[in-house]
Amino acid sequence: MRHLKAGKKLGRNTSHRRALLRNLVTSLILDERIQTTEPKAKAMRPHVEKMITLGKRGDVAARRLAASYLMTRAAVDKLFDTVAPRMGDRNGGYLRIIRTGWRKGDGAEKAFVELIGSEKAIAEKQHKRAEARAKRREEAKKAMEEAEAQAAPEASPEPESKGESKGDKE
Amino acid sequence: MANPKRRHSKARTASRRAHDYLTARSLSECPNCHEQKLPHRACPKCGYYKGREVLAIKEKE
Repeated sequence: MRHLKAGKKLGRNTSHRRALLRNLVTSLILDERIQTTEPKAKAMRPHVEKMITLGKRGDVAARRLAASYLMTRAAVDKLFDTVAPRMGDRNGGYLRIIRTGWRKGDGAEKAFVELIGSEKAIAEKQHKRAEARAKRREEAKKAMEEAEAQAAPEASPEPESKGESKGDKE
Repeated sequence: MANPKRRHSKARTASRRAHDYLTARSLSECPNCHEQKLPHRACPKCGYYKGREVLAIKEKE
C-alpha cells in the first residue's frame, strides 16, 4: 500500500524520476524561472527548498552535498553565492508556481516556476529576449526588401516590353 | 447469466440521465484587462497575474 509514501511517481522509475528532478532543480537555479507541467512543478518544490537550505548553511559540507545533487558546478556556485543569500530570513516558500493553462497536444497543465526575489532577473531576461527578437525581425525585413529590390530591376523591363499587348498580370 | 427481465422505458432511461450534465467553469475577472479568465491562473489575454506581467503575449500583426 502507498500509505505515508510522500511524493508523486510521475510515471517514471526511481532513477528516471531522480534524474528528472535533479535536472529541473538545476535548471531552475540557473535560469531563475522555468516552464514545466504543474505536477512536475509541485514535485520539484521540496527538492529546491532543500537545496536552498543547504545554500543558507554555506559551509563546505553543505556545498559538497549540494554538488552531489545538482548537475553542474555553475549551479552550485550560483546557489551559494546569489540564490541562498537572497532568501534572507525567509523560512521556506522559496518558489512561486504560476499556472498558465493547458498544453494543446495532451492537455497537460503548464506552469511557470520562479524563485522568489528573481523578478528583476526575469524581467531583464525577457527584455533582452524581446530586443533580440526585434533585431532579428528587422534583419529579416531588410533581407526581404533587398531581395525584392534585386528582383525588381531584372523582372520589370520584360513585362513592359511585352506587357502592352498582352496586359500585365502582376 | 443474469439478464434483464423487462425492457427499460425511454422515460426510465431519460430520468436516470437527468443528472448527467456538465457544469460551466467558474471564471474570474482579470484585474488588468478585465477579461474573463480562469481563477488562479495567469491571464491568457494580457499575461498578467497578481499585478505583474508573467508571460509575454505575442501581438498579432
